[in-house]
Amino acid sequence: MSELHTVNKSPFEKSSFDSCMEHALEGSAVLLYEDGVYAAIKGSAAEGKVKMAQGVKFYALGPDLRARGLSDERVTDGIEIVDYAGFVDLAAEHDKVVAWV
Amino acid sequence: MAEQIKNFLYLNRRAPYGTIYAWESLEVVLIGAAFDQKVSLAFLDDGVFQIVKGQDTKGVEMKNFSPTYSALGDYDVNQLYVERESLEERGLSIDDLMHLTWEDEDEDWAEKDSIRVVSRAELARIIEQQDVVFSF
Repeated sequence: MSELHTVNKSPFEKSSFDSCMEHALEGSAVLLYEDGVYAAIKGSAAEGKVKMAQGVKFYALGPDLRARGLSDERVTDGIEIVDYAGFVDLAAEHDKVVAWV
Repeated sequence: MAEQIKNFLYLNRRAPYGTIYAWESLEVVLIGAAFDQKVSLAFLDDGVFQIVKGQDTKGVEMKNFSPTYSALGDYDVNQLYVERESLEERGLSIDDLMHLTWEDEDEDWAEKDSIRVVSRAELARIIEQQDVVFSF
């Protein structure tokens, strides 16, 4: 069963991102949106956890990155930036969505 | 009764758009600025994200209130402390922040920087020196 995990809280303020990372299995996807996009910043304390996750594909919502002043170059390598239609596609492509709110 | 001037510090610890705290803090600061007290702001933890430059909220259909921080100088709010460790943990530096300034009436309206990056230890001392601390 393929899973799409979603994280919408800052990794520096809440444990949502950390919990998600500890439960995301190989072959699953993680979508960062709203304040969750802060986990996508290159050079932040969250970058190491993104890089350590084996066989997990990462996505970040572009409009939420831009609202927060984060350009594409600030995003950790390997994280794919998607728009709202891409969010819908990801939800449809996976068997279920696990939201870490 | 003689007018008493107090030191007020606003502690900003939240990111700008996920919750309403940042915007509410800014509104309270601007209202409070009318009362002729000594006001300063501290940005720490996720609060440093409030003053990141280049915010563009068109895609999320929310109001971009970040330009309002540039108006603080006109309200004599020109002491903005930013915690260095909070920036570093988030992969940010002073160059990622908006250039916020004020004009010094006593020096022929010379433009001066409002932001001062301080260490966590320095900020602890700054908090200690305040009469009133508001937390957002």
